[in-house]
Amino acid sequence: MEIWYAFVKHFLPFAWAQHTFMKNALLAVILVSPVFAVMGTMVVNNKMAFFSDTIGHSALTGIAIGVLLGFQDSLLIMVIFSVLLAIVISALKTLTSTSTDTIIGAVSATMVALGIVILSRGGGFNKFSRFLVGDLLSITPKEVLLLAFTLVGVIFLWVGMFNKFLLASVNPSLALSRGIPVRLVDTLFCITTAVIVTISIQWVGILIINSFLILPAAAARNISRNMRQYHVISILITLASGITGLLVSYYWSTATGATIVLFTALFYLGTLLAKPRFA
Amino acid sequence: MFYIGVIQKLHKESCGLCCTKLKNFGVTIGNTEILYNVNLHIHCGELTALVGPNGAGKTTLLRAILGEISHTGELSFLDAEGYPRKPVVGYVPQRLDFDPGSPVSVLDLLSACLSPWPVCFGHSRRIRERVSARLAGVQAEHLLNRRLGDLSGGELQRVLLAMALEPNPDLLLLDEPVSGIDVQGKELFYELVSNLRKQYDLSIILVSHDWSLVTYYADRIVLLDRTVRCCGTPQEVFSNESVMSTYGPVIREETGRVPWKPQIIHSGGGVRA
Repeated sequence: MEIWYAFVKHFLPFAWAQHTFMKNALLAVILVSPVFAVMGTMVVNNKMAFFSDTIGHSALTGIAIGVLLGFQDSLLIMVIFSVLLAIVISALKTLTSTSTDTIIGAVSATMVALGIVILSRGGGFNKFSRFLVGDLLSITPKEVLLLAFTLVGVIFLWVGMFNKFLLASVNPSLALSRGIPVRLVDTLFCITTAVIVTISIQWVGILIINSFLILPAAAARNISRNMRQYHVISILITLASGITGLLVSYYWSTATGATIVLFTALFYLGTLLAKPRFA
Repeated sequence: MFYIGVIQKLHKESCGLCCTKLKNFGVTIGNTEILYNVNLHIHCGELTALVGPNGAGKTTLLRAILGEISHTGELSFLDAEGYPRKPVVGYVPQRLDFDPGSPVSVLDLLSACLSPWPVCFGHSRRIRERVSARLAGVQAEHLLNRRLGDLSGGELQRVLLAMALEPNPDLLLLDEPVSGIDVQGKELFYELVSNLRKQYDLSIILVSHDWSLVTYYADRIVLLDRTVRCCGTPQEVFSNESVMSTYGPVIREETGRVPWKPQIIHSGGGVRA
């Protein structure tokens, strides 16, 4: 962290960069952007937008279970809960013939309701509302380190598994015929998405975390013709809107997560208009 | 220019020694017996066409050979030296169901199959050359940087064929690979497949409804209707009285559409006999 602080002091001699919380938040944005950009590309390719949304919403129940078990800050419980949920949903997907969006919709609504019921018991829901909106500026150096580990984890996963993810997303039975254990790969991806969404939720916020995952990839998809372009553009969009959103939210004193998402939405709109040129 | 060497290396005569055997093969899904008592013996260098009415279990048989669904009975493969081993199976599906908006290029798809290096990090020159060599083999090298969603039906099937040939398969399964593709695309595809069996050491099983094209290109026809009803050269199958009385209407109707093809079959058949 000291190196980072020295770097900011040296290269970013602006008023906003004087605050430690801004330095932390900036580093967090730089670390979390590639993670979300890269995961987002595959979430969109696998048509899992609704799935990641459910995982985000279900974090409420994860928090609630943590509270019931007596933890105040219950990241571990939340992660375990969301991983279990991811496994259950991907099992339901293969076991039942009901359409996936029905299953996910049912799970999502149930989890949100359950979480609200438990958390609002005794009228104390307000203290949890920070999870709804998220507070990136409150991130501590320890938590930034956690994000750095997440980034390293995702890079390793991508180096080892990306081609399998890609083939499985293009067509499962084609992937199966090439000896890829599609169901296992699918579950692994669901679990990774769940872990990453849950880890980042307290800084980005339950309500908008899914947009941060989906919008950059959806925007990149509009104007890219192969996987490399798709990834590079997605990462650039996430970084650009992350940093701009952070600065704008500082000057306007708005919620950081939501401001960032608005910028990704702008990028999406722009690429949508530019799409005919690339199609 | 780069890939001529690669093609020559791959180019070899089929030995005709290795074979795939299905013995007492059956598939039951739930309580429905879809296939029973299927016995087949397929040699490499042969193009076996699997024909039969809808719901006869043709696709099911391919999926069982692929290992997607469980089966009863035996599936064995003997290599050229006569040792049993697990065959490398290539598969071209009937229609690839994929998201046409997805930014996956042909190069992405093929190099994802060829190497473990993540394709989102870019492609090494070596892989790029290998992929274009493969594509050249199916007359599709110009499609290298195209997006999958921008390919025509026939082009996509040729790309999938190139994909199924990597790694070199012992057994190539084609499930109605050209249904819904125009006549020109169909003939190009059949021509490619029929050349493959001469170039590589592989056996081909082709499911098809194009009776006329199949009789022209196939070495053997297997008429499947829940079990093997008839098996032999196109001439043997079509001169079989009981087969013609049951499945004849379908055959005549299909061949009637392309009246000039059956004539070629007869002359071709004479040469083979």
